[in-house]
Amino acid sequence: MAKQGTNHQTVKFYQTGTFTVGNRLLDENYRTVQATQERCNTIDSGHRACQGCGQALGARYALDAAMRATNNKIIAANATGCLEVFTTPYPETAWNIPWIHSLFGNVASVASGIAASLKAKGDTETRVIAQGGDGGSTDIGFATLSGMFDRNDDVLYICYDNGGYMNTGVQRSSATPGGARTSTTMPVGDNPGSSFNTGKFLPAIAMAHEIPYVATASVHDLHDLERKVEKAMSFHGARYIQINVPCPLGWGSDPALTIKLARMGVESGLVPLFEAENGDLINSTKIRYRIPVEDYLQLQRRYSHILKPANQHQLASIRALADKNIKRYNLL
Amino acid sequence: MLKQISGSIAVAKAVALCRPEVVPCYPITPQTHIVEHLSTLVKSGELKNCTYENVESEFAAMSVCIGSSATGARSYTATASQGLLYMMEAVYNASGLGLPIVMTLGNRAIGAPINIWNDHSDAMSVRDAGWIQLFVENNQQAVDVHIQAFKLAEALSLPVMVNMDGFILTHAITRVDMPEQSQVDQFLPSFIPRQLLDTSAPLTIGAMVGPDAFTEVRYLAHEKQQQALSIIEKQARQFEEIFGRDSGGLVKSYDAESSDIVFVAMGSVVGTLQALASELREQGQSIGILSLRSFRPFPIKSIRNALKSAKQIIVFEKSFAVGMGGVLASEVHMATHGLHIKINSIIGGLGGRTITVKSLKNIVDLASKGELEHETFMDLDLETVEKEINRQRSEPSSGSTAENILRDMGVVSASKTH
Repeated sequence: MAKQGTNHQTVKFYQTGTFTVGNRLLDENYRTVQATQERCNTIDSGHRACQGCGQALGARYALDAAMRATNNKIIAANATGCLEVFTTPYPETAWNIPWIHSLFGNVASVASGIAASLKAKGDTETRVIAQGGDGGSTDIGFATLSGMFDRNDDVLYICYDNGGYMNTGVQRSSATPGGARTSTTMPVGDNPGSSFNTGKFLPAIAMAHEIPYVATASVHDLHDLERKVEKAMSFHGARYIQINVPCPLGWGSDPALTIKLARMGVESGLVPLFEAENGDLINSTKIRYRIPVEDYLQLQRRYSHILKPANQHQLASIRALADKNIKRYNLL
Repeated sequence: MLKQISGSIAVAKAVALCRPEVVPCYPITPQTHIVEHLSTLVKSGELKNCTYENVESEFAAMSVCIGSSATGARSYTATASQGLLYMMEAVYNASGLGLPIVMTLGNRAIGAPINIWNDHSDAMSVRDAGWIQLFVENNQQAVDVHIQAFKLAEALSLPVMVNMDGFILTHAITRVDMPEQSQVDQFLPSFIPRQLLDTSAPLTIGAMVGPDAFTEVRYLAHEKQQQALSIIEKQARQFEEIFGRDSGGLVKSYDAESSDIVFVAMGSVVGTLQALASELREQGQSIGILSLRSFRPFPIKSIRNALKSAKQIIVFEKSFAVGMGGVLASEVHMATHGLHIKINSIIGGLGGRTITVKSLKNIVDLASKGELEHETFMDLDLETVEKEINRQRSEPSSGSTAENILRDMGVVSASKTH
């Protein structure tokens, strides 16, 4: 049976043109656990996420992987945001684990509190996960996140990054990419969309805290995401995983293209995938076929102005960002 | 055991006797000595099975308490003034979620202008936050009420705030009868959480609630506060049985039922008022005091009963609602509705201004003669105020009010820079 990384494939898989394979064509040992009936279903079906929601997919795989890694001993804290809203509309809940939502900007602290309680009680088995969107992590929850990193509290923080405040109607966050249209950075004026040379890249900030483990992941490669979550659970102390999650509503993209867009983000160099331990980069995912950034941008209405001749300077800036990522994170 | 001890250290030791399991801390004057001492108690091993967290803000401190309390840990923190404001969103959240956190508020003024000294502006800023708010008159009560606070919080699954006057109590070294661990253990059972994040019985806490159920959830919060009225009284009696002291309760009457003029007040000023009352009673005046030990829930029935035969009520408070007047005064007004008793509102002690018996005597004199204004700012320097008002009227760029006033009073000698 052919595996990723070998030179030749002996079987032609039915999803040609991609690097994914259908489960039913694989040997049982290589099938994704999410295909079995025994999977945890940490987030149950019936929740109210939009069609094509990258976050719902990412969260389910991340949390299920964490459950497997901890013998189903997970407590999760959630920041305010889409994930919180679409999983817990009164009187329903999609969560099959102990789960708490407190506020928008305090999820890292709430998770620290849970970890502190477990420590005081001598519970070494139960593990803690905090989850938030990019706005809840890089902006309003930034201080509490940094504090949790600083104290090296035993928490895995998962940031679902879709580049904006999608829950409140697509406003700019400090993770919104340069040039992207949001409802507070409209495509008007000389520099349409979000300003370039602004924003923060939270994984690098997490690394600067020298916490045990930092990783980025993408919903197009769910096995890689699962591996990183499982690895994160093998460490104690503060850990951070940022998952790139396409948002059809906020990006102006076809819900059917969520996985494709996630892959193209990575293949264009705009979404670097890597791992870091104790502040040092230890591994990055190589781009197999580099694609021009335009191919990625043109499928998203948030970038439609970029491809106009008048905005060539913006396109150049986005290309430069891809080049910088490729060099900085050694992606080729 | 009798000890000569500062209020803050006594409270830290009392909290430790309650066996808290998680204590996040962030420094702010005048409560800092409490969390400093707890840090030492945890680090030295004297307070066991407790996680102490040096967090990055008051907002984080309360948020850590939210997480730890929901995971079944007895949780405690302390703050004051600006710290409480910075924490505010989590303060409301803790009560909304029904988490039995105990917090000390070392009462302090709120800026601007920045001021570290005592008044009750901070406590009043959270009067609608859904917390139980208790006030103490002295450091013995501070110790005793903290022990009761944990029991009360856990009985109701509601957070409890113990208000002790900054500096006046936190920094005062007085004689305190420190309880024994065995007594506290007898009074305070171990924490059985009403709701718990537990992997063996998954629970969703903090779900979104829309118009279909929000009114009911909020009404139940109000109902819980009504339940607290009887529990606070019951626990004060239980406390008295074990510790032999009358501490806590909803209100404390010092001859309120039998006096013509009754002061209503909260906190350490009750001590000053007691000194005033005993002096005036010797001179034949009929002066009583009603000390409110519970501000939330507001004990309307107890207040009404204690005040029903008074001829005049003087509400003394260390804060006010700007643009409205005394908060406590208006609530006492509501509690005594229909009794037709004259109520005067005195606002004093703001930002740590000393409350003197002399000034209070003057208030009583005016009240006896029927000359006391409905609302009085005690010891207000009217001349300075008028000067600034005139300056603002005559000069478009009259500058910072606080600096102007300090200059008028000779506190700032620098020349005008604008």
